[in-house]
Amino acid sequence: MVEEMSRKPYVREITSEWIFRHPRYVRYMVREFSCLFIGGWTLLMVWGLKQLAEGPAAWAAFLECLKSPASIAFHVLALGFAAYHSITWFKLTPKALPLQLGEEFVPDGAISGAHFGAWAALSLAVLYFAGAF
Amino acid sequence: MAISNKPIVWGPFAAGGTLTAFLTPVLVLLTLLAALGHAPELLAYDRLHALASHWFAKLAIAGTVFLSLWSAAHRLRITCYDLGVRADTLVATVVYTVALAGTAASVLYLTRI
Repeated sequence: MVEEMSRKPYVREITSEWIFRHPRYVRYMVREFSCLFIGGWTLLMVWGLKQLAEGPAAWAAFLECLKSPASIAFHVLALGFAAYHSITWFKLTPKALPLQLGEEFVPDGAISGAHFGAWAALSLAVLYFAGAF
Repeated sequence: MAISNKPIVWGPFAAGGTLTAFLTPVLVLLTLLAALGHAPELLAYDRLHALASHWFAKLAIAGTVFLSLWSAAHRLRITCYDLGVRADTLVATVVYTVALAGTAASVLYLTRI
């Protein structure tokens, strides 16, 4: 109905050049692209589960595949993007989980700081449990 | 009241975003160590197989796979829109299907462990 009445409908131009208009847009896109690495690494692990289910030889072949230069490059990038996603996620926690104690709001730094502390503790615990050191 | 499926899509996205923020970097670090030839003890076949044999570990692994894939899929959908792809229904169908298929595959493999 409305469309029929409009003689010169405004069609907004669709481009992706807006990304480069401001550094903050570039940072936003870098964070969004972390999904390709987190999703890709998870699918790699699904394949790892298949190999683990098939037995010791298949699992050894999976570990051998991980050692290829392409895999090492992917892992380094995935680690960087995953860590960047974590940092941006925890920096946003004061906005997502504002906490009020009595009259005062808990300072932003305390909320995100608690998340960063928990992240570090959990990461160290996983490394210890996995026997990485 | 308007009926929306947004919370169903967005809930696992937020949960997955939080889970991957806490867990993914250290897990990637473990497989990176393996890729560099210094596989941690946990990645030895006997130990990992024993761990993945426990029902609770299976549940945790399947849940982690689902939330990680779903949040990545949802973020990829939004990113496609940001980059000017307006075929949202098609994009959403593809990315959520991949996420669910990956989860189903992991459940299948876990039942064989």
